Amino acid sequence: MSLTQHLSTSISFSSSSFLSSSGFTFRNRDVSLPSENFGICRCVATPQEEKTTYKTKVSRNANMAKLQAGYLFPEIARKRNAHLQKYPDSKVISLGIGDTTEPIPEVITSAMAKRSQALSTLEGYSGYGAEQGEKPLRAAIASTFYGDLGIEEDDIFVSDGAKCDISRLQVLFGSEVTIAVQDPSYPAYVDSSVIIGQTGFYEKDAEKYGKIEYMRCNPENGFFPDLPKVSRADIILFCSPNNPTGSAATREQLTRLVQFAKEKGSIIVYDSAYAMYITDDKPRSIFEIPGAKEVALETASFSKYAGFTGVRLGWTVIPKELLFSDGFPVAKDFNRIVCTCFNGASNVVQAGGLACLSPEGRSAMQKVVGFYKENADIIMDTFNSLGFNVYGGRNAPYVWVHFPGLSSWDVFSEILEKTHVVTTPGSGFGPGGEGFIRVSAFGHRDNVLEACRRFKQLYK
Amino acid sequence: MYNFSTCNAMPCRNFLWPMIPQARLEIQKERVVCHTRVQRNVNLEKLQNGYLFPEISMHELQHIRKYPDAKLINLGIGDTTEPIPDIVAVSMAEYAHALSTVEGYRGYGAEQGNKALRKAIAETLYKDVQVKDSEVFVSDGSQCDITRLQLLLGSNVTMAVQDPSFPAYIDTSVIIGQAGDFEEKSGKFGNIEYMNCGPQNNFFPDLAKTRRTDIIFFCSPNNPTGQAATRQQLEELVKFAKENGSIIIFDSAYAVYVTDDSPRSIFEIPGAKEVAIEVSSFSKFAGFTGVRLGWTVVPEELCFSNGFPVINDFNRIVCTCFNGASNISQAGGLACLSSEGFMAVCSVVNYYKENAKILLETLASLGLKVYGGENAPYVWVHFPGSKSWDVFDYILEKTHIITVPGSGFGPGGEEFLRMSTFGHRETILEASKRLKNLFS
Repeated sequence: MSLTQHLSTSISFSSSSFLSSSGFTFRNRDVSLPSENFGICRCVATPQEEKTTYKTKVSRNANMAKLQAGYLFPEIARKRNAHLQKYPDSKVISLGIGDTTEPIPEVITSAMAKRSQALSTLEGYSGYGAEQGEKPLRAAIASTFYGDLGIEEDDIFVSDGAKCDISRLQVLFGSEVTIAVQDPSYPAYVDSSVIIGQTGFYEKDAEKYGKIEYMRCNPENGFFPDLPKVSRADIILFCSPNNPTGSAATREQLTRLVQFAKEKGSIIVYDSAYAMYITDDKPRSIFEIPGAKEVALETASFSKYAGFTGVRLGWTVIPKELLFSDGFPVAKDFNRIVCTCFNGASNVVQAGGLACLSPEGRSAMQKVVGFYKENADIIMDTFNSLGFNVYGGRNAPYVWVHFPGLSSWDVFSEILEKTHVVTTPGSGFGPGGEGFIRVSAFGHRDNVLEACRRFKQLYK
Repeated sequence: MYNFSTCNAMPCRNFLWPMIPQARLEIQKERVVCHTRVQRNVNLEKLQNGYLFPEISMHELQHIRKYPDAKLINLGIGDTTEPIPDIVAVSMAEYAHALSTVEGYRGYGAEQGNKALRKAIAETLYKDVQVKDSEVFVSDGSQCDITRLQLLLGSNVTMAVQDPSFPAYIDTSVIIGQAGDFEEKSGKFGNIEYMNCGPQNNFFPDLAKTRRTDIIFFCSPNNPTGQAATRQQLEELVKFAKENGSIIIFDSAYAVYVTDDSPRSIFEIPGAKEVAIEVSSFSKFAGFTGVRLGWTVVPEELCFSNGFPVINDFNRIVCTCFNGASNISQAGGLACLSSEGFMAVCSVVNYYKENAKILLETLASLGLKVYGGENAPYVWVHFPGSKSWDVFDYILEKTHIITVPGSGFGPGGEEFLRMSTFGHRETILEASKRLKNLFS
């Protein structure tokens, strides 16, 4: 392909088609995969089928083979898509995938626009940034979120989001460590653990992977694990406020968790992606707990604060005090991972992150978070009024509704079929999620109100 | 004009300790320091040094401290320097503004990338080789894609690399657990097959002497040697992979720098779709080193030994370990592939190619053995009998020019020096002047 060939090709793509592309609004429509029937299966006896399909001699990664199904959220998207095809005129409302819906405040987007424009000037152009993130942003994150907690600028590693950070942390820890997760939990923890090779096989009866310690969180134990019953694992993944249960751990509970980690010599990977949704005085960061710096690292995200789900920005905090058993600082190895396996978050996006943390930006983010919290209130009130046992919603943008004795996929399907509202079945988050449905509180107000109207119709 | 942004990449060796103020260190001496009981990942222990480019930055910092008034010229890290064309920057700015509106706001995008961008990549850059948009996975850059490919392949595969090669191939292989132990004597990792590429074999491996591995990393045009493989050579490579049942991971990040008729994509070679994955990037193509955008092509035909399509597993990795490239960066990428945008980014590429020509001519006129520069933004200079770090230090000391010692790319790079040809024209001319002074 010569350059002239490239130039002579008539390209009809432009930014406007990028924005208006119908495949762009909904995640699922962008997924175009080969058939779900894995493996080459040519069962038709015609002369053309005599040709054998070439296979390499490279063995498939056995860890990938352990995964049970697709990642949860693309599966939800697929069902939503199928439903839309079945009922093309239905007004489907998505309270499934926790995707933000409200526009990003202008103070933030204009900073990103400004940085983009600056890249076309001599003075404003910048190439590779520091893999750990731009200094002013690291400093702003440290002072905004960890101001009086003794966390410094160089403890912060800026990323393209918590999901990617979790995999980088798994690459850091390697296949020889054991993990404990809350049950139910955000699927990326378990799935990335399987992929890196920390787990055994999936046990169908238990609906669990071997070698993972599942810490049940349910209404009976106030959604906090019964620690005396938990076996030691090297790494404890803990999310608070919790996805999917919406529960936020108390200071007392987190103090016990830190103590537990200390006694067992474990490392807590604390996911604080929803910290800004806390309404009461529950801790926003694990580092509010004395002693946490020696046992924990924290991962966080701009996704649910600034509507950056598509823009991609997050961070991980690793205190200098966090050491492996041989005394080697965890931050040092993570730095090596970040320098080798990553090349920094987008500079344009980091400019947006910095604007988020200006006084005007913070106030704007709080407004948007407040809007989603009002949605959560509306959803909670609806299910409460219908007589359901409802959890979460107060400190997180997720409402966790109990349907005792029922299969969560059945409830999901019934709700979708009868109300055209997409939710997420609790069992998608682990066996501890069975009997629950997660309703996310992201959405335009009118959609949330309409969804609630439909729930009332169905369950009155 | 040298941009100090890369100085923020503190090298690993000195990363933490200088940052702890003295007072705290003293307190620590009295207190018992708490260790967890989590064992450090042994694979990370195997890594010999910090990643190469932050190490170069460290030398640079030390040099600046020694000569604070020196006008440092950076021909080291291959970082683009010229502004991004207006049409591209404006598209990103407009997209950012639109995110503040109800109609223009977008949340999560498909992890595989925006449909229009995937289509544009397939149709613009793989026009004649029938790559489908469904085979294109948009990413935040090759370095990240290489790690995701390693995650996909796992620790039980064997790999071959060119020697010298881009350090991320070996380093990620070590991290994921494929590489075996480092052997001081040879400077190589035990389980990796190093395919020497040097002047003696026209920078193409002697495949007859190469043992079978599952995966073959191949970069063309090559970083660091600047060499582009010919069609015949790539046919040989594809044949070799087919005979051995191997998978080629073809890094085509510098394809747009090809001047002659060397292939720009492995898929120009018949049969490649059954044996190869291609990784590429907007970094050196559009100046997106900081913006972050790239892609990987996984053909549907590519199967593991049990017939399972590699694309299915890569999709699963992308959905689980990644959440898509930034939508703003993707808007920029799409603008790069419009006809106006493509012309604009290509003229910046041509600017760097002119730089390469200037440096190539300078070094050749000095009687130095110089390679590359014609199909890539790197020149590869041979200093027979010298240690590359010594030459690096010598040039830095005498001319205040940062380069990259060849041994940083593997034992096959010893005696060589890489100079990157990114930079403002006046910088390149000044560098040429200083080199002429030193070597004539």
